[in-house]
Amino acid sequence: MKRELLDILACPICKGDLKLEVEEENEEEIISGKLICTKCGTDYPIEDGIPNMLPPELRK
Amino acid sequence: MTEVYPPQEDSELLLEVALKEIRRDDDVLEVGVGSGYVSERLKDKCEFLLTTDISPYAVKMAKEKGLNVVRTDLVKGIRKKFTLILFNPPYLELDDSERTGDWLEKAIDGGKHGIEVMVRFLDSVREVLAENGRIILIVSSLNVPRIFEEIEKRGFEFEIVAKRKTFFEELYALRITSSQDP
Repeated sequence: MKRELLDILACPICKGDLKLEVEEENEEEIISGKLICTKCGTDYPIEDGIPNMLPPELRK
Repeated sequence: MTEVYPPQEDSELLLEVALKEIRRDDDVLEVGVGSGYVSERLKDKCEFLLTTDISPYAVKMAKEKGLNVVRTDLVKGIRKKFTLILFNPPYLELDDSERTGDWLEKAIDGGKHGIEVMVRFLDSVREVLAENGRIILIVSSLNVPRIFEEIEKRGFEFEIVAKRKTFFEELYALRITSSQDP
């Protein structure tokens, strides 16, 4: 995902702001990492450049 | 095995209407992007385009087409306001013998009367709809008139902007706008 997407994402559970933790990034975008809710602490993985905003119990 | 809904008449209808509706300065959100058939033809015609899907296979396909994509349920976790929102939802009512429990089923199974997913969408879409924003929603004659009542109940107004007949139903493209705050 492009960095600019961070501004338009929020925690789907509590709507809190997200903090980005990058594992891998290229010139265009973040390939893998995590989005962590600063309010409730839930984290959302970024894999293959795609943020997964499903709550943990719905991820398959 | 096909895991992502292949583009069909409903996808074509959404594309046809979206191409007429889209403006250069639009921020566009396509919910349930599926294969990316519609959005890949729109992404260079607007200011910004974001897509979502709940299926891991669909988001992968959309990503491969160079789209901005978020895996989520409808619009959850999105906090931007969009001027144009597109949704070709699951609109069939499956019976138990037709259920397979896979991702493709999720793409077509609209629950009771085929309208459950679109009703959930209507319940949450205001969070991401800009003032004077427009929604293009595909529905089937199988969903009518129930879905019309659900739309109006939520303070939206709509017009049917295009129709397409298929073998056993008719598809409608609805252009929905907010008539009032509910």
